Amino acid sequence: MLLFLLAIATLLLGGGAAYLYRSSAKAATWVGAGTAVLGSVFGLVSAFQALAHGGTDGLRLAWSIPLGSFYIEIDPLTAFFMVPLFVLAPLAALYGGNYLYAYKEKKSLGPPWFLYNLLIAAIAMVFVARNGILFLMAWEIMALSAYFLVCFEHEKESVRKAGWAYLVASHIAFALLIVAFVLLGRGAGTLDFDQFPNAFSSRSIGWATGNTIWILAIIGFGLKAGFVPLHVWLPEAHPAAPSHVSAVMSGILIKTGLYGLLRLLTFDRTPAPWVGLTLAGLGLLTAFLGIAMALQQRDIKRVLAYSSIENMGLIAFSMGLGLWGMAQRLPEVALLGMTGALLHIWNHALMKGLLFLSAGSILHGTGTKDMERLGGLLRLMPFTGSTMILGSVALAALPPLNGFVSKWLMYMSLMKYSMATETAGSLMAHFGVGLLALIGGLSVVTFVRLTGIVLLGAPRDKTVTHVHESSKWMTGPMQLLALLCLVIAVIPQRTAGLFGGVLQQMIGWEGMHSSPEWEWPSASLEIAGAINAWTLLAVLTLAAVLWVRTRRFVGPQASTWGCGYVRPTVRMQYTGRSFVEMIAEHLLPRFLRPRTRREAPRGLFPAGKADFESQSPDPVDQKVYAPFFCYWADRFSRLRILQQGKVHVYLLYIMFTVVLALAWASIRTWFWGVS
Amino acid sequence: MVQIIDPLLIAALALNFVTLGTSRIRAAIHAVALQGILLGLLPLFIHPHIGLRGILLVLGTFVLKGFVVPAFLVHAMREVEIQHEVTPFINYISSLLLGALGTGMALVFAHTLPLADEHTGLLIVPASLSMVWTGFLMLTTRRKAIMQVLGYLLLENGIFLFGLLLLEAMPFLVEIGVLLDLFTLVFVMGIIIHHISREFSSMSTDHLSELKE
Repeated sequence: MLLFLLAIATLLLGGGAAYLYRSSAKAATWVGAGTAVLGSVFGLVSAFQALAHGGTDGLRLAWSIPLGSFYIEIDPLTAFFMVPLFVLAPLAALYGGNYLYAYKEKKSLGPPWFLYNLLIAAIAMVFVARNGILFLMAWEIMALSAYFLVCFEHEKESVRKAGWAYLVASHIAFALLIVAFVLLGRGAGTLDFDQFPNAFSSRSIGWATGNTIWILAIIGFGLKAGFVPLHVWLPEAHPAAPSHVSAVMSGILIKTGLYGLLRLLTFDRTPAPWVGLTLAGLGLLTAFLGIAMALQQRDIKRVLAYSSIENMGLIAFSMGLGLWGMAQRLPEVALLGMTGALLHIWNHALMKGLLFLSAGSILHGTGTKDMERLGGLLRLMPFTGSTMILGSVALAALPPLNGFVSKWLMYMSLMKYSMATETAGSLMAHFGVGLLALIGGLSVVTFVRLTGIVLLGAPRDKTVTHVHESSKWMTGPMQLLALLCLVIAVIPQRTAGLFGGVLQQMIGWEGMHSSPEWEWPSASLEIAGAINAWTLLAVLTLAAVLWVRTRRFVGPQASTWGCGYVRPTVRMQYTGRSFVEMIAEHLLPRFLRPRTRREAPRGLFPAGKADFESQSPDPVDQKVYAPFFCYWADRFSRLRILQQGKVHVYLLYIMFTVVLALAWASIRTWFWGVS
Repeated sequence: MVQIIDPLLIAALALNFVTLGTSRIRAAIHAVALQGILLGLLPLFIHPHIGLRGILLVLGTFVLKGFVVPAFLVHAMREVEIQHEVTPFINYISSLLLGALGTGMALVFAHTLPLADEHTGLLIVPASLSMVWTGFLMLTTRRKAIMQVLGYLLLENGIFLFGLLLLEAMPFLVEIGVLLDLFTLVFVMGIIIHHISREFSSMSTDHLSELKE
């Protein structure tokens, strides 16, 4: 606990110091990034201690805020979430030091470093808080600091819009969570978390209240986690932020939503069965829509943001499956589902962090993140390119990387369920396997497209010049993340071995832990690890053989996608758009397809101009939110009369309100006596 | 203790009218400062055994409301060279009449408000309501930013007075209220006066409407 407090203090003091040193870009960067790394090291050590030794470690201080207490605790679940935070945050900080330095002429670097450190500290506080007020305060600080970081390049209008969307979404979530905590607190008589489980088990939080809390939590935390249809802020905000912040947001910040749901699960150990089913269904929907949209984006960071939505969907699906397994008393299904979800949380933090950093490196080196303007970067940016390929393989859930392992556990869990039940349940499980496979296939296409268009071929736009590889400070953290991905991929059973304490907190019912079926899914993990190891070996061997052979053989050089033409041009290459033409325009359901407008050339010798345009707007945003908000904005525009632009008039409104409220209060007692 | 509290409050109420009726900004500042001093002393009489925390609170309010804020305002007044509020939206006689009306209404309302029993007999509640009312009047009818700041301070005084009832139950809230004073001081001085005098080279908030969307 002492180490953890030290970590928080280092982060906060360092952030403050970075702000004070804002006049010098160099000093602010060194202080900000340095303390972020130092604080994270302290935090990581404390998290690993808690995770490896199990047990809990708490601290409770009195607080003069009504209903609040400064009550923090590190238990396995907290430690489990702190590990990816304190792994990704320092690496992103090292990277960000170099990345932000490019802005030193235009902007002061003190504030972003202050906010970055504040964000990390706030996320850590969300994980350790054990009091409703403290939790909500940390939650709000987290949301606000992330908002200011998203708005780093606030001179661009698109960035301001993205920040606005994020702010609105965060506060809707916040409002719902306040209600959820009020309900919890009313049932338990206190806002300290340690009393909530009793309130659930002693039925002082009844069936109806319990279910209301779950609904509020799924919507409130789901907004943060980006569940469809609450995801629309995510593909706006994540690409707008500086890349190292995008990495932290996609890697960790959105997972606080999942943390919230899992924390609620430690209060209510036996949620109603609908919770598991809803999460699983919502998860599949989220994953499918996320990947279908990721497939069509041309902004690299938007591809990654939509892919984050997909992965959050997969995690939610796996969690839901675990909960459903618990509700059905099927230990194997529950264990596999939960372990899959937990492992995927770690995996996704690492690989999405890696890919956002790669995307940032490309933006840094080329000045654009529009994939239709890029191409052939593997040659010019070999380190960025190679780590990006590794991360893409991981995100496409292919062996020999870690994404494969957690996906494998999800499949295994579904299979076990289909074997354990009959008729309808089994059919649904098989249907789920099919959908999961479809999502997997689409994600492979997405990442083949991403790497193929950006890294291979030839540069598509001549105006993108001065392409350069990023410095060691930027590629180093990326390589380390890639290495961690590989380590988890090869020894998944060791990694998941750390989750024992968390799983015991999550899963369990009377007499379950003594039943013979309570057994670690080590067999599944070992198989996945072995597949990865062998694939890795095969790939390495193949690479070695190819390398030896091509070294001796010198043939003519031709451009990629040349197709044997005599005079190929770069315009003959596949574009990102044409690469997925078949899938996007024919395979996907109609509402997910891109909008196209074409003016085809006419006649044998076309003389007039031909034109083609294609857009992929978010269907939920386009069909649901935009009309809804436009309608109300239109209605409310009549209230513009009230906006006079005079302070006096506004104050008059306040005065009227106060007088009316007072008058109402006293007239009420006048007529109806003292109430 | 009532025999000390009530005269103090009546004096404070009278100062409301001084502020409302004068066009000289310096006089208004002095009136508000005096009112702040009176209010700062009140906790000593309301809660005789207030302890160290209370004494510090009294001291803080006394210095802040009575000396620091007025000094700042006088300084600002010299800086921008404005002595008079010439054309308020509502003239002085009407302001005074409205203020009297509000004070009367406050006395009527206060009796029927759902208050705790030990608070019903006191003059504190009507006095605080009347101060809030006067503050609002100043805020809505005066053109000069400094006069509006004074209105805001009157409003603050009213809130402070009301909060005194809670001093024993929730000292924390009252302390936060004092902090609010400090905060608004910085805010008001920094933003309104500085910006208005620089951007529009005048001290009237009328011109803020140019910012209207």
